[in-house]
Amino acid sequence: MNRRIDLDVRVDWRASVSLVGTVVKYLSVALLLPLSTALYYGNGIITFGFAILFAVTVGSLLERLDPDPDLGAREGFLMVGLTWLAVALVGAVPYLVAGNGTVAEPANALFESMSGFTTTGATVMGDISFGTHSRALMIWRQQTQWLGGMGIVVLAVAILPELSVGGAQLMDAEAPGPGIEKLTPRIAETARVLWLVYLAFTVVEFVLLYTLHLGGFAPNMTLYNAVAHPLTTMPTGGFSPEARSIEAFSAVVQWVIIPFMVAAGTNFALFWHVIRREPSNLFADNEFRLYAGVMGALSAVVAVILFTGPALGGPGTPVEVAGETESSLRHAAFQVVSIVTTTGYASMDFELWNGPAKYALLFAMFIGGSAGSTGGGIKIIRWLVILKSIRRELFTTVHPEAVRPVRLAGRALDERALRGIYAFTLLYVVLFFVGAFLIAVDASRVGLDITEIEAVTASAATLGNIGPGLGMVGPMGSYLDFPSSSKLLMVGLMWIGRLEIIPVLVLLTSGYWRS
Amino acid sequence: MRVIVIGAGEVGSNIAESLAPEHEVVVIDIDGERVESLTYDLDVLALEGDGTSLGTLKEARVKDADMLIASTDNDETNVVACSTAKTISDAFTIARVKKTSLLETWEGSRGAFGVDFMVSVNLLTARAIVSIAGLPGAQDVDTFAGGAVRMAEFEIVEGSPVADQTVQEADRFESLTFAAILRDGEVTIPRGDTVIVEGDQVVVIGSPESVRAFAGELMPDPDVDEAAEVVIVGGGGIGYQTARLFEERGMRPRLIEHDPDRARQLAEELPKTVVLESDATDLEFLSREHVDEADFVVAALDSDEKNLLVSLLAKRVGADRTVAVVETADYVDLFETVGVDVAVNPREVTAEEITRFTREDRTENVALIEDDRAEVLEIEVDGDSVLADATIEESAAEFPEGVVVGAITRRGELITPRGDTVVEVGDHVVLFVDTDVLDEVSPLL
Repeated sequence: MNRRIDLDVRVDWRASVSLVGTVVKYLSVALLLPLSTALYYGNGIITFGFAILFAVTVGSLLERLDPDPDLGAREGFLMVGLTWLAVALVGAVPYLVAGNGTVAEPANALFESMSGFTTTGATVMGDISFGTHSRALMIWRQQTQWLGGMGIVVLAVAILPELSVGGAQLMDAEAPGPGIEKLTPRIAETARVLWLVYLAFTVVEFVLLYTLHLGGFAPNMTLYNAVAHPLTTMPTGGFSPEARSIEAFSAVVQWVIIPFMVAAGTNFALFWHVIRREPSNLFADNEFRLYAGVMGALSAVVAVILFTGPALGGPGTPVEVAGETESSLRHAAFQVVSIVTTTGYASMDFELWNGPAKYALLFAMFIGGSAGSTGGGIKIIRWLVILKSIRRELFTTVHPEAVRPVRLAGRALDERALRGIYAFTLLYVVLFFVGAFLIAVDASRVGLDITEIEAVTASAATLGNIGPGLGMVGPMGSYLDFPSSSKLLMVGLMWIGRLEIIPVLVLLTSGYWRS
Repeated sequence: MRVIVIGAGEVGSNIAESLAPEHEVVVIDIDGERVESLTYDLDVLALEGDGTSLGTLKEARVKDADMLIASTDNDETNVVACSTAKTISDAFTIARVKKTSLLETWEGSRGAFGVDFMVSVNLLTARAIVSIAGLPGAQDVDTFAGGAVRMAEFEIVEGSPVADQTVQEADRFESLTFAAILRDGEVTIPRGDTVIVEGDQVVVIGSPESVRAFAGELMPDPDVDEAAEVVIVGGGGIGYQTARLFEERGMRPRLIEHDPDRARQLAEELPKTVVLESDATDLEFLSREHVDEADFVVAALDSDEKNLLVSLLAKRVGADRTVAVVETADYVDLFETVGVDVAVNPREVTAEEITRFTREDRTENVALIEDDRAEVLEIEVDGDSVLADATIEESAAEFPEGVVVGAITRRGELITPRGDTVVEVGDHVVLFVDTDVLDEVSPLL
């Protein structure tokens, strides 16, 4: 053993990096799906063969840093943060090796991969078609979102026995929302339950979509599409192999996808209660009720706006919503659910909508899914707590002596938990503004002409892991025209947004690295 | 199996920690912060709530539980938790109590309060103290196989006759096995040519006679017998039980108690004990009462600091050996470092006893070594065991590193294990197992 001297670093980074290596090594197993797709279609075999070799080699090398890693609390944060960076880097390899289209450039490949794993769904793929890209690569693009949805680290905890002891803390760093809920005594089993529920939903959605196709109700929903779309619905991802997203499919397909997006944005622990025959827990859950209520109300408002608004028509594909009850309801509900859950699918080009409808969507971008879901954003539960504490603030203004704990489902919340929620929300808003400012500055540096709303929504859509914004980055647009520096900034925003800021920011403090 | 532990204090956490690798553990505690920290520290389900309330027990799915361990610091809470659980489940209930009165009630009427097994902290601690008193120099003592086998841990002090000898040279006793050497907190399994150095802790397993002979070798002190001078300081629950156990052995201990009413009560209940009402930190009193000539001083006052002080004072005036009761587990090593011969932690003793109960049925007895770095188990060999009908050498090849067969008893007779000894079904085998390989070894036994 040659022990090199670490410069006064109190974090056993080797242990963290070694475990990241293990995760990267196992990522090669996930690459078997695109490889078999490549074998089936006879296109892209070398790309994925190389990617698998690359993942195994890099993973094994990193593992050798510490043959017997022992994760403490600090190492856990580092491991989670680095895992996401590492899988994004390894996930970019197929785009680079395939070498087709715009995503073959390094910055673009990393953007597309990070956007995939973080379930953002923002794309820099210039030409989304099988003419340019192999079917295997397109399925990989879908699959990155599926892997990132329930969480890579959660999957690792479910599979790797060495993560069972510190697993709760790792999952806490990765899982959306404040804190985690252990469903079973063993954290590995909890992780497995979450993944199995997630898998079950994915399979059910596939069966439904493919049945519709076989029944003749969804001519475009071929076997390939029926596999590809559930892989990005359940993680609230939003990538689609179809350039026109969900607009490419029939109305009935759009209706079917809505409830699956709703489920994806719901706390998966609640489904566990439903499975255990306590379905009342789902409807009694404060967060779920607010989540459903907000989406219902917003959908209704947008539906009215669309119904009474001007006639809309996209280039070549006129969409009739004005005066059409079913159509305005469907697009309103689909789009609102898609944005609130941070999926980012589009049932039509909402860029064509009028101002009020678009602003409703901009508002929806700041809501987020539920805690413990696969959604991004600020999360319903935090808003709920903030609203309740504002009410308390108003009450104590009138009654200065009043002692009023903030209650959630009848239980008084710890003031520390409240502080954490304030801090997160404030940080989120600050990061969003800083991001928007930097994107605007960077665009003017290279002479790219973008509007304020484009800079703002690009920042919000990447930080919130939503995907499409408005204007140039709208549902049928892409992030391709931004300079590389902006793309790397957005890669950072997606990464920070997916891990909910604090676990990443803590790595940047000097106190973390020293005693 | 599914085990519910009520009370996440030191004992509860300790039990939960030792069970977590093999069982589904649910821990209930009223203190939210403790629950939070347990959620992240151990692989268990931690719930916030009152273990005596039906709602909490239902949330913990006590119906599906195989065992419930009530180990809060409050006797009545533990008893009530057990009886509440009994009304809605068939779980085996274990209650930890301090009060002797509850234990006496329960022993007089088994199954009282819906408690299937009652663990008395004071009694267990007293037993540990008395068995240490019987083996000079021993840090930890446990008996197995109905008393036919004994395990003891000794510290090798400076100038010890076995220091710098190889295990082969030191092992001059019939029917004694050197199971392990603990050095700098690491467990090593000694081979014949391993050299024992000063500061090591040696774990031996064998017949009580050979263990005692080995102890005599290490410490040529007079053995603690009926003539030994025992002084107990502090007449609380532990002090009282310790005095009572010494009385049962036909000895006449002296018990120092500060509180006049309590001293009077003790004097009434302990006919063979000389109860002295005084402050044990009074040096003049100590010399007047010839504590300097005591063979064995037990410090069992209600605070760790006082116990440390009393032990050191007793050492200072010339007592041979001191044992101090230490409530804080983290202080055990510290106390032994600064001069207390043996520090006994009641919570550890209790956790050990409860862990014994939670082992699979075939494991009858467990001792935890050095803060659970290793365990000594007693098992009854059945047909499925790797040990059955094989020689020790053959089964040793099956086990990972870190397992030593310490002793075998057949129909109550001790057999010293050698490489060619064949183990038969029905034998009781005492094994030393390193905790790191415990999960691997358990299914093989």
